[in-house]
Amino acid sequence: MDPAIELRGLTRRFGERAALKNVTVAVPPGATLAVLGRNGAGKSTLLRILATLLRPHAGEVSVLGQSLPRQAHAVRPKVGLLSHEPLLYRDLSGRENLRYHAQLHRVAPERVEQLLEAVGMGHRADDPVRSLSRGLVQRVAVCRAVLHDPEVLLLDEPRANLDPAAVELIEPLIGRGNGHTRVLTSHDPRSALDDADLVLGLSDGMAAFVQSPGEVTSEQLRELYE
Amino acid sequence: MRPVLAVLRKDLRLELRTFETLPAMVLFSVSTFVIFHFALARSTISGQLAAGVLTVTLLFAALLGSGRLFVAEREQGGFDAFLLAPVDRTSLLLAKAAAMFLFLAVLEVVAVPAFALLLLGPSLGPRLPGLIAVLALADLALAVIGTLVSAIAIHTRARDMISPIIGLPLLLPALIATARAAAVVLAPHAAGTPPGRWLLILALYDVVFALLSYAVFDFLLED
Repeated sequence: MDPAIELRGLTRRFGERAALKNVTVAVPPGATLAVLGRNGAGKSTLLRILATLLRPHAGEVSVLGQSLPRQAHAVRPKVGLLSHEPLLYRDLSGRENLRYHAQLHRVAPERVEQLLEAVGMGHRADDPVRSLSRGLVQRVAVCRAVLHDPEVLLLDEPRANLDPAAVELIEPLIGRGNGHTRVLTSHDPRSALDDADLVLGLSDGMAAFVQSPGEVTSEQLRELYE
Repeated sequence: MRPVLAVLRKDLRLELRTFETLPAMVLFSVSTFVIFHFALARSTISGQLAAGVLTVTLLFAALLGSGRLFVAEREQGGFDAFLLAPVDRTSLLLAKAAAMFLFLAVLEVVAVPAFALLLLGPSLGPRLPGLIAVLALADLALAVIGTLVSAIAIHTRARDMISPIIGLPLLLPALIATARAAAVVLAPHAAGTPPGRWLLILALYDVVFALLSYAVFDFLLED
C-alpha cells in the first residue's frame, strides 16, 4: 500500500539556518506519526510544509499521492491543520469564524452546528473569540481543523490548554481510530508514544530516529530533549 | 465568487465590530480639510487648487486605510487559514479591493460634503454627478493599488513605510488624471462635466493595474 505521507530527504531553510535537514519518513494510510523534539527542532515547520503553507527547499514530499508543492491545490481540501495559533479572528464569534471557513471549504452550515455541539461550545458559540478562555478557543480551533472532514490531520500540540473533559470531547474528532492519517507533535513524549504508530525524533532539524513507539528507549528520549 | 463574498462579508463584519479603519480615514480627511481651511487663509477655493486638495487628501486617507487591510490576516492567522482553503488565491485580492472600494465610497459620502462646506467655492450640487464619476474611477485605482501594495508591505518589517514608498509612484498617473478631471468639474462657472480624455485615462489605468494585480497576487502569497 502506498504511504499516505512520504518525505524523502526533506530540507527547509530559513535564511542560513536549516529548520529541517534531509528528513525521510513514510506514514501508512490511517496511521499516526508522532513528531518529538525540543522547541525549535523543526516540528511545526514539518507540519506547515505538509499543510502546503511552506515550500520544501530540497527533497520530495508527497501527501496522499500528490507531490508538494506542485499539487498543493489537490492536497489542500484533504488536510486539516491544528496549529499553535488558532487561526481564528478574535473579534468574530466562534460560530462566525466557523461559518466563514465553511464557506471557503464549501461545507454546509449544519456541519458547523454539529461540531459546536460536539465540542460543547453550543452555549458560547456567539461570544467573540477574544472573550473565550484558551481552552475554549482550542475547542473552536479543533472544529475549524476538521470542518471539511480532511483525510490527513496535522496536529500541533492538539491537547494544549484543554482540561481532561475537553480532551474527551475532542477525541472523537481528532483522536486515533477514526480513519484519519495523523501527524502530531507533542512536548509530552509519553502521551505521544501512546497515541502513535510511528515516532520521528527531530534534533536540530535532523531525524534522530524513526521507529515504532515500542522501540523508542528512555535513553533516546533523554538525548532528544537534552 | 463564493470565496470573494465570504472574505468581503467577513471584512465588513470585522470593520463594523471594531471600527478600526473607516473612522480613522474619515477623521483624517475632515481634519485635513479644516487644516487647509485655515492654512490657505482663503474662504473658498475652486478649480485646480480645489481638485488638488481633494485628491491629495483622499489619497492619504486611502493609504491610511490600505495599511490596515491585511492586519487581521497577519496578526490573527487569517492568511494561513485562507491559504489552507481550496480556493483561488486571487479571491483575496478581489475581496480586499472591494472592501477598500466600499470604505472609500463611505469615506467620500462624509468627506466630500465636508470639503464643500469648509473649502469649496462653487456650489457642489450641479457638479456632484461629474465628481462622482471621477471619484469612482479614482477609488478603483486606489483600491487596487492599495490592496496590492498592502499585500506586499504586510510581509515586511517596515510595512508602514513600504506602502507610501511603493504606492505613491504607482498611483501618480491616476492622481494626475483625477486632479485634472476634478479641476474641470470644480472650476467656477463650469458645467460640471468631467473631460472624457482624463476619464478614459483613469479607466485605462484601472483596467491595466487590475489585470496586473490579478496576475501577480498569487505570487505575493507564496512562501
